[in-house]
Amino acid sequence: MILAAASASTTRNFTITLFVIFVAITLGITVWASRQTRNATDFYAGGRSFSGFQNGMAIGGDYMSAASFLGIAGIIALNGYDGFLYSIGFLVAWLVALLLVAELLRNSGKYTMADVLAFRMRQAPVRTAAAVSTVTVSVFYLLAQMVGAGALVALLLGIQPGTTFLGMDANTARIATIVMIGALMIIYVTVGGMKGTTYVQIVKAFMLMIGALVMTVLVLAAYKFNLSSLLGDAAAKSGRGDAFLNPGLAYGREVADATQTFYNKVDLLSLGIALVLGTAGLPHILIRFYTVPTAKAARRSVLWAIGIIGSFYLMTLALGFGAAALVGGGPIRTQNPGGNTAAPQLAQALGERYFGGDIGGAFFLAVIAAVAFATILAVVAGLTLASSSSMAHDFYANVVKKGETSERQEVVVARISALVIGAVSIVLGIVARNINVAFLVALAFAVAASGNLPAILYSLFWKRFNTAGAVWAIYGGLISAVVLVFFSPVVSGSATAMFPNSDWQWFPLSNPGIISIPLGFLCGWLGTILSRERANEEKYAELEVRALTGAGAH
Amino acid sequence: MTTEAPPTASESYADVQRSPEFVGLRKALRGFVFPMTVAFFVWYALYVILSAYARDFMSTKIVGHINVALVFGLLQFVSTFLIAWLYERYSARRLDPTAAELRERVESGGTR
Repeated sequence: MILAAASASTTRNFTITLFVIFVAITLGITVWASRQTRNATDFYAGGRSFSGFQNGMAIGGDYMSAASFLGIAGIIALNGYDGFLYSIGFLVAWLVALLLVAELLRNSGKYTMADVLAFRMRQAPVRTAAAVSTVTVSVFYLLAQMVGAGALVALLLGIQPGTTFLGMDANTARIATIVMIGALMIIYVTVGGMKGTTYVQIVKAFMLMIGALVMTVLVLAAYKFNLSSLLGDAAAKSGRGDAFLNPGLAYGREVADATQTFYNKVDLLSLGIALVLGTAGLPHILIRFYTVPTAKAARRSVLWAIGIIGSFYLMTLALGFGAAALVGGGPIRTQNPGGNTAAPQLAQALGERYFGGDIGGAFFLAVIAAVAFATILAVVAGLTLASSSSMAHDFYANVVKKGETSERQEVVVARISALVIGAVSIVLGIVARNINVAFLVALAFAVAASGNLPAILYSLFWKRFNTAGAVWAIYGGLISAVVLVFFSPVVSGSATAMFPNSDWQWFPLSNPGIISIPLGFLCGWLGTILSRERANEEKYAELEVRALTGAGAH
Repeated sequence: MTTEAPPTASESYADVQRSPEFVGLRKALRGFVFPMTVAFFVWYALYVILSAYARDFMSTKIVGHINVALVFGLLQFVSTFLIAWLYERYSARRLDPTAAELRERVESGGTR
């Protein structure tokens, strides 16, 4: 249990007050942003008016999801070193974005990922494929965040089984949270567009960095800034001993069955590849590069993002090991077997230690709980915006209307799409609220790495690449990743599966990347060479010159 | 902000693409980003592979409770920051001036 009853209500009041303040501020910004949103460029790309630093912060806010903040801290707190593998993959991935994608995409595209993919191809098939992939990736990711938020609320507000809060038991509170998060993200996106969403993400990134920094300093201070003694204490209190500081407790586990050990290790490699190649194919990340005026500003924003995200992931080490040392493996596992409450529990322990007893603990817990909700909100808003932009700009304007529509009409469709996608996500989130859907984040990365990234890289760097290649790469990567996961142990045939009581599993890995990523690249190549279509050399000249020089950039 | 391409866009784009300046720019860009991508990917893959298959090595203690795995992981952060910084420097010196010149040339509509 996080809290005794008396301080539980103190925390609740603090958490709700802080969260209401955050919502009030962000809604204020959203309304202000809506007044600044006059045309399609404002709605989709925030008027391309953000600075490199602002966009770097917003990228951080868009990228550092609850899975990063609560999930990685939790994995480290319970399984020690292995959580760090995630942090490293999530960070190194930004080099792909920096070196190969950000500037070229910024120079040659307008609003969506498909602007670059379809640049020298036939519009309808490529844009349809890109829209399907964008919506699939974003909705997977979105669902994982929403269900995660629902699961957290009961814990963070201290609603224990059998008790109620405002007349809601834990289950009702879960549903209410999903509806509330969904409603807020719809408002941010439909009213504030990219400008509103960007400011929400900047405010969130600021809160998250400050919160993590304060916790990190307090954890390190507790060990007189001696990292070794923090690690030693964490290992001792984790109940796992020395193994806690070594790789192998969570990923690539060595078990009695040699075949299973082999699969576990390949699964670790597969996860590693998907993490590092997925980021530069996530549509909600890619569209952030359009919010700055030039490619140089896009480069600066990735540099800032690398600095911000890297510092954050370094701090997750202190948070995770700090939680293991100061809270202990036992109490974390009792509260949440997945470790998702390790960071909030650490906040409470630190608050009690430094800010004066129960009230200090309740207050600091509330602060971090509010930061966690802000984190979720900023990420889901970014995802909703990415999928509605693609529905409106790619599918409606360029496929249904074949480019014969006004930008005004497009923005109306984008707003409607945000509403529809938001509503569908709320319903799916409620249906899935008691199902383990955490794997959807890893799946989103795998689809992005298997379908989107090959298509983007071929488009930018391979002269011969054509319509068939782009379509094959996207569908090939998307379908293989989804199908392999459907037949994997995360969906059926294991105790922790989405459907633990059914078994249609035959694919042995939880992460499909090691198969589906090469397959995506292979499909893109095969589609290109097997098709009779000749690459449009003039369009490639235009794309390449524009991408590299910024000539004619929007 | 929006700059429309010149009327003879395709022609001049193809001309620019063939020009020695552009060929040089492409070479300078690819000459940096491709090898660097291979380098950081191999370096990262080495880290993941060692984490999976060389557990004894990774578990070796260096100082106190700090082991090879932790140091290797932290070095991934260092290399990421370092590559980002090197790219920033390289692009400012070697890529941006030529890119700006070529952009000017395309947008003023002129070929050579």
